[in-house]
Amino acid sequence: MIRKQLRRNIARATSLLLITLVAGISIATADDIADGKKAAFDRKKGNCLACHMIAGGSLPGNIGPPLVAMKARFPDKADLRAQIWDPTVANPNTIMPPFGKHRILSEKEIDLVTEFIHSL
Amino acid sequence: MKKLLSTLSLATLLAVTCVVNATPQQDLKEFQSFYMKRFPNTPFEDFANGVYSIDPASRGQWEDIEEFAPYELNISVGETMFNTPFANGKTYASCFKNGGIGIRQNYPFFDTDRGEVITLELAINECREANGEKPLKWKKGPIADISAYMAYTSRGKVFDVKIPDDPRALAAYERGKKHFYQKRGQLNMACADCHKFYSGNMVRADLLSPALGHLTHFPVYRSKWGGLGTTHRRYDGCNKQVRAKPFPAQGEEYRALEYFHTYMSNGLAVNGPGARK
Ligand code: HEC
Ligand code: HEC
Repeated sequence: MIRKQLRRNIARATSLLLITLVAGISIATADDIADGKKAAFDRKKGNCLACHMIAGGSLPGNIGPPLVAMKARFPDKADLRAQIWDPTVANPNTIMPPFGKHRILSEKEIDLVTEFIHSL
Repeated sequence: MKKLLSTLSLATLLAVTCVVNATPQQDLKEFQSFYMKRFPNTPFEDFANGVYSIDPASRGQWEDIEEFAPYELNISVGETMFNTPFANGKTYASCFKNGGIGIRQNYPFFDTDRGEVITLELAINECREANGEKPLKWKKGPIADISAYMAYTSRGKVFDVKIPDDPRALAAYERGKKHFYQKRGQLNMACADCHKFYSGNMVRADLLSPALGHLTHFPVYRSKWGGLGTTHRRYDGCNKQVRAKPFPAQGEEYRALEYFHTYMSNGLAVNGPGARK
């Protein structure tokens, strides 16, 4: 009985892993999204609220566009990550800081922030 | 298509070259009309009131504060210092045109004999040293008090900073202009990003003030500081905000920036010292 369940779980995990590998995407957990939100809102980290309205954040600035319907704006998550990593590629004069290029956030933090923003 | 592209890039190149080669007079015109267009409800003279010129919501509260100004005491302390003779019997008045009264609007100026920008605070300390006194600290305290008193005696006079026909003066001006427009710090932001292109927008809960009229009211009393600070103290704060290493107060870089920055407000009246959040 236990063995059967274990085998089923392993099978499930393997297929999940396979899907992940094949699709080349990581599955964001609720924890990742929560951690991403924390890094995005933290004044010493992303401080995205300085410029963007984001659901769940108070006293946002209005320098950048509201971050809503992000899956429609960025169907490909990699494009969203690239925008956060270095927005000067899309707009050399942008006021938005290059979070990855200038190491304001770590690569891991950028992954998490991307997951959070993409969930909006 | 290729031809069109190269024509286009040539046009861009020309546009860029024109900007680089603009004279200070052309820059001044472009700068001031930028804000006049961006804030059509603000009359030119009113830009001297800084962020409150574009913020009717907090203006009344600010006017109440100015009524019982928190810098009142600083002005009288500054006045006393200004009139107290040095050990050698001379006073500050001996170092300045018109005895130092009503001259704020001509600072900073380019000294063609020395080949450098002279700010009011620099002149105050040089006056002390010329009279055998120790220089004061640059960013706050007694130097801000004296500067506040000197600004106070100049209220209502119109800023008239000059760029003399001297390549060194133009170089100092260009250096300050470059500082203003250049991205800096880990956050990669220029003064112009916050105080020109996005002036009037909110960065979190702060309304970004127009750079036109920035320096008419310095030194400034800030509630956040709980006291007065000089222009270079404020420059430090804004440089740190973008995680850039601040430059030394009264070093060449900040003096050049102040030269450009004040020149851009020519035509506005002195209203220092001022009170700000
Ligand atoms: C200092 C201001 C500022 C900060 C801080 C900032 N942004 Fe931006 N952002 C902008 C501006 C302005 C734009 C508009 C595009 C441009 O001008 O480059 C923008 C654009 C974007 C876009 C593209 C939106 C679209 O629909 O095209 C995304 C996504 C974005 N920002 C995410 C973020 C995230 C995530 C953070 C924090 C980690 C952040 N931004 C921090 C100013 C900022
Ligand atoms: C990230 C945005 C940002 C950048 C970049 C920035 N500032 Fe500021 N600055 C502010 C904010 C916010 C304030 C306080 C509110 C106001 O008056 O605009 C301020 C205030 C000031 C003031 C005081 C205005 C007053 O009325 O007393 C001066 C002067 C100033 N900045 C100059 C500069 C200069 C020069 C630079 C570039 C070296 C610069 N700032 C860069 C955000 C910025």
